[in-house]
Amino acid sequence: MNRRHILAMVLGAALLIPGCTGTGGTSKGADAKAPDDPSKVTGTIKVLTVRTDLVQDGTMKKYAAEFNKTYPKVKVEFEALTNYEAEVKIRMNTENYGDVLLIPAVIKKSDYPKFFASLGTRQERAKKYRFTDFTTVDGKVYGQTPVGVSPGFVYNKRVWKEAGVTNWPTTPAEFLTDLKAIKSKTEAIPYYTNFAAGWTLTSWTYVNGSVHCDTAATDKLAENDPWAKDADLRVGDTLLYDTVKSGLIEKDPTTSNWEQSKPRLAKGEIATQWLGTWAIVQFQDAARKAGVNPDDIGFMPFPSQVDGRFCAVVSPDYNQAVNVHSKHKDAARAWIDWFTDKSTYGQDNLAISPLKDAPLPAVMKPYEDAGVKFIEVDDSKGARVKSIDNQSETGIYAPEYRQNLVDLARGARKGSLDDFFSDLSERWTEAQKTSGS
Amino acid sequence: MADVTEKAAFRTGPGAATAPARPPARAPRRARLRRGVTPWLFLIAPLALLITFTYAPIANMAAYSLTDWDGVSPELHYTGVGNYTEIFTREDLFRVFFVSGYYLAASAVQIVAALYFATVLSFDVRFRNFFKGVLFFPYLINGVAIGFVFLYFFQDGGTLDSVLGLFGYHSDHAWLGTPVSANTSLAGVSVWRYMGVNFVLFLGAIQSIPGELYEAAELDGANRWQQFRHIIAPGIKPVVTLTVILSISGSLSAFEIPYIMTGGATGTETFVIQTLNLAFRFNKTGLASAAAIVLLLIILLVTWVQRRLVPDDRVDLV
Repeated sequence: MNRRHILAMVLGAALLIPGCTGTGGTSKGADAKAPDDPSKVTGTIKVLTVRTDLVQDGTMKKYAAEFNKTYPKVKVEFEALTNYEAEVKIRMNTENYGDVLLIPAVIKKSDYPKFFASLGTRQERAKKYRFTDFTTVDGKVYGQTPVGVSPGFVYNKRVWKEAGVTNWPTTPAEFLTDLKAIKSKTEAIPYYTNFAAGWTLTSWTYVNGSVHCDTAATDKLAENDPWAKDADLRVGDTLLYDTVKSGLIEKDPTTSNWEQSKPRLAKGEIATQWLGTWAIVQFQDAARKAGVNPDDIGFMPFPSQVDGRFCAVVSPDYNQAVNVHSKHKDAARAWIDWFTDKSTYGQDNLAISPLKDAPLPAVMKPYEDAGVKFIEVDDSKGARVKSIDNQSETGIYAPEYRQNLVDLARGARKGSLDDFFSDLSERWTEAQKTSGS
Repeated sequence: MADVTEKAAFRTGPGAATAPARPPARAPRRARLRRGVTPWLFLIAPLALLITFTYAPIANMAAYSLTDWDGVSPELHYTGVGNYTEIFTREDLFRVFFVSGYYLAASAVQIVAALYFATVLSFDVRFRNFFKGVLFFPYLINGVAIGFVFLYFFQDGGTLDSVLGLFGYHSDHAWLGTPVSANTSLAGVSVWRYMGVNFVLFLGAIQSIPGELYEAAELDGANRWQQFRHIIAPGIKPVVTLTVILSISGSLSAFEIPYIMTGGATGTETFVIQTLNLAFRFNKTGLASAAAIVLLLIILLVTWVQRRLVPDDRVDLV
């Protein structure tokens, strides 16, 4: 680059700085009302989704056809995005981000009214639906998830039985003993970290609430130190650390493979992975494809009990919302209502229904038998937790911090666990002071 | 048109020194205007593309770097040089440049190897076109594909372990397991990928050296090494300089291979990966823009220093 280029650049910068930082319009506070007469709703709506697999194999089209039986004049188009968060974030700088979309994690809760049309007041929606407080701003709800999820260990029942373990472990120490039994008595890898994929490790943040069966767990993240002694995240992280440290994981985590881990767990080459209910259907599919028994796939809660009962936190998957700039808000609203209430999407994914009166899916039967207590963590401080997380660059929902933890445990990174936690605490509490609510 | 008249004026030579340099009859106004506008008409398309896709985004990024924008919110606040102060006062943001050291060392190896192959293949060797193809081929493959291929290559019991096993060496080494090993492996992949480009640049430069020089050298009894030392090396010096600059800036902004293969885990995070994480993971688009600008300035600075140390003087072999 010579002098002339630099000059041109500076000149260009001077010319362009005032104009180019424009973002989307500010039509704020619109409502997407549910239509009264289904036959009168018209328009073409575009639905953005992360389920590339379902769009490719035509499953989404089948849902749309089913939807058209009630709403004959609405045409539903789907657009599946592989890298959803990053792509939608950029598109949301314009007005064209579909009619129905999944609320990306990056959007600040306080900005919801600028991007999405309201679905109604919290008061009225909470009678029928779970998880309303996750998208409530000033008493109005902006999104609705079609499925609820709960974190837990996906495990191979046959392998655990071979190792002589029949009851779910009730403490982290017991869990480690069981994994050691699997290591000594079977050929299986006791625990698979899925280190390379990264996002799989972020599931460990969802131990929040399960450890102490605490519905105020998110408030505690916002107000207290998450890595203080006996805090939820510290208990979960310590368990992961000990598992890795005791050599109960795959030989080379850095080259682990998520897609391969599914059939391997189904076949019994891997015994356990910490994921969530959303994963069960994928592992069962993998079992069928590998020609082994899908019923071997089991699911168990975090090894911790309060008053003799396990605890499972139920939380929403991606929430669907209506674009505030959409020209067919009633059609978009109709789709969300239908997809949440009437479609078979939830059952097909063996998911927990967001409807309050719906029964638990069959895969959760063992949970019912074991008397697992289902709780919903209050999310009113969720936005603040996110802003502290960004401010401190901890990334509790990002892979790096757990990857560092695993590296520390297997000796690829120097330092002690206590220093690791105290560094996190320090950054977190520092950000608590500086970041606004 | 102007050219022709001017050349004609020159051709008159010293004898016509008193003749006016300007053609006697000036072209009419409209023609002159057209003459002035014509080159710009040709330039409109490339300039528009250049400004829209290169300079406007840079200018925009420079503007964002002065704000606290999170990448999506309609609201953003001007923060002055706050982001730059943060970058220069946070030592952890600069620590990632140590990783660039691996890539820098690798590019030294890469340049030497490329120079060696280019020299060997510039002489008359059997199958030279085949070898040229083999060496250049990796550069043609998509970087993402290379990342995945080498992920299998370094996997436990993967290609590398199998090949070593054939030679009776059974290592139990996790190639991407420790920071040193991982960075060395990744830098190795980057050598494999980019050596082809350097090689082609060097080969082109070597082949542009006139053949009679070698002949003359051979007559004088110079061996291959002497030919390289006294003909090839000085002949391709400008290209080597260029390659060094490209390698340094490439090492500082290494991205594709580490991002796909390890995602920056196990101490392989480079400055660009860190910037990307700031922007898209922690939603600090303002800070990330500032980091990108700082990287740009660092590369400009390195280039400038490098040009000062090794001036780009004309080479004259004959």
